[in-house]
Amino acid sequence: MDNNNPIEVTKDKSLIIENGSKIAVIGGGPSGSFFAYFALDFAERMGIEIQIDIYEAKNFHVAGPAGCNHCGGIVSESLVQALSAEGIVLPSNVIRRGIKSYTMHMEQGTTVIETPLREQRIASMFRGFGPLGADDVDSVSFDNYLLQLCEKKGVSLIYEKVIDLERTEVGIDVQTKTNSVSYDLVIGSVGLNPRSFSFFKKITPAFIPPETTKTYICEFKLGHELINQYFGNSMHVFLLNLKNIKFGALIPKGHYVTLVLLGNQIDKEIVDSFLNSDAVKKCFPKEIDIREISPCQCFPSINVKNARYAFSDRVVLIGDSASSKLYKNGIGAAYITAKAAAKAAIFNGVSESDFQKYYQPACTRLNRDNSIGKLIFMVTTIIQKSAVLKRGIFSMVVKEQQKETDKRRMSSVLWDTFTGSAPYTDILMRVLHPATLISLITNTIKGIFNLNNSKNDK
Amino acid sequence: MTNNSLGHVYNDGEVILKQGSVGDCFYVIQKGMVEIVDETGDKETVVAKLGETDFFGEMGIFEKDVRSCTVRAKGEATILTMDKRSLYKSIQKDPSLAFRLLEKMSNRLRETTKQMGAK
Ligand SMILES: Cc1cc2nc3c(=O)[nH]c(=O)nc-3n(C[C@H](O)[C@H](O)[C@H](O)COP(=O)(O)OP(=O)(O)OC[C@H]3O[C@@H](n4cnc5c(N)ncnc54)[C@H](O)[C@@H]3O)c2cc1C
Repeated sequence: MDNNNPIEVTKDKSLIIENGSKIAVIGGGPSGSFFAYFALDFAERMGIEIQIDIYEAKNFHVAGPAGCNHCGGIVSESLVQALSAEGIVLPSNVIRRGIKSYTMHMEQGTTVIETPLREQRIASMFRGFGPLGADDVDSVSFDNYLLQLCEKKGVSLIYEKVIDLERTEVGIDVQTKTNSVSYDLVIGSVGLNPRSFSFFKKITPAFIPPETTKTYICEFKLGHELINQYFGNSMHVFLLNLKNIKFGALIPKGHYVTLVLLGNQIDKEIVDSFLNSDAVKKCFPKEIDIREISPCQCFPSINVKNARYAFSDRVVLIGDSASSKLYKNGIGAAYITAKAAAKAAIFNGVSESDFQKYYQPACTRLNRDNSIGKLIFMVTTIIQKSAVLKRGIFSMVVKEQQKETDKRRMSSVLWDTFTGSAPYTDILMRVLHPATLISLITNTIKGIFNLNNSKNDK
Repeated sequence: MTNNSLGHVYNDGEVILKQGSVGDCFYVIQKGMVEIVDETGDKETVVAKLGETDFFGEMGIFEKDVRSCTVRAKGEATILTMDKRSLYKSIQKDPSLAFRLLEKMSNRLRETTKQMGAK
């Protein structure tokens, strides 16, 4: 016995990952794939031979909802960079468009915010094969690409739905319609699937699933030429004074433009109010009725409150099933929680206390940042309703974008809020910077005076 | 620039980094190849060729010295720039992000030692 290492001595040997350990990942979305990829990578570095099986119910080769994990399909700047540093470079058949700028629409006007380094630094992609009727056989879905990466690393892919989990003396049994296999560790990367939550709750009784709200996604098939002409390599975002909508975006990708609406319980009426607004209509060719060119639409759920107690001995939930980033960069958050869980499992152990100590802090950081995020979105809602403030922000951004060298304070705040690239805490600190506040107040006051003058002129 | 790629496109022979210049960015090859060229003295020596997913310019991140070699595109190459601050912030949050950097730098050291032994 090694008396110099008391931690190792007290550790229950059955609750560590060692040669021959078997891990089941339930759900082959981004969090499941990231977990499998990094767990295998860390195990290789440590010289441990393990087996990882990913269970996935969907077929990402099929067009339409059956093969899609409903999402706006933006890979954020920070995630593109982190993945590049990890040696994961998104190939051009996965990237449907490199995004170089954001075009911001308000009732007060439209302005373009360029990427900080004037490079295409954000990717738009389809999570599945594409919308109903898609036939672009040369393209690969993002989720499928990640699964293929895992397979190349040695992960086994099992395209079956998991129907139940059972805790036994020696591990956890994973049950499908055709089989039941025992594992040393089970990863819950099931997104926001309530049925799957129910069997995770059975083996992790304290688990409280995340809270969600309804969003909206649809695709418009415009064709390459019109997309180049009307959207180019810019994602269009809308800060309009419309009920319940916190954020609306049009994202060009391949032959399609994806519309994403986030807010409170988005329904058909709210969608119509958005599509009928002048700012949105202006983005499309006049002669086209966009409702006629929309092959696919859905109202998927999005996290608004993190899960609690998302782990127990041999079980850990990750990605959307645990903690995400409020409204933005959910895939980036999936990468963070998946990697944190992989580190905890391989370097520390798979007991509840290991996950509490080594995994939970990553979730807590996301959850705390989301509290600031809620505040930022509350302020954004106030701004959306205030023509005066919007005019101030608009004029500040326009001026910043005209100057080459100036510090683009408001542009960078909006850029990071829209892209989800930076933590909300960083964004708040930049908003509260005296220079940002002074400039915003000055521009707002000037806006009021200009408006009064132009009214008097009339 | 093509629509479905990330970063900046450099044409064949275009210089991405100049030996002796200062810089604090780090680069990841998204597509294509680059060659690392030593321009010391009158002649040029190609010391390495790098391809997709490889990175260069890491010395500018970890040291304050000038760029030790010139890097230019070999054929068309798409390169993503990463700035020093965001890389350090990311490594501070997740130190395992440095595993691959260390592995690659160790590979390069081994290659250089081998080349020096061969001379
Ligand atoms: C409207 C909207 C727009 C969004 N836009 C973006 C965006 O632009 N960028 C971004 O980064 N994030 C975005 N997100 C968030 C993003 O979609 C999620 O954060 C991300 O998908 C989380 O990944 P995940 O792997 O945790 O879950 P998921 O992607 O939901 O994957 C879960 C997987 O588990 C599988 N599964 C579930 N139960 C079982 C079972 N019992 N057996 C087998 N398989 C099972 C499912 O089939 C699925 O493939 C958006 C979300 C919404 C709702």
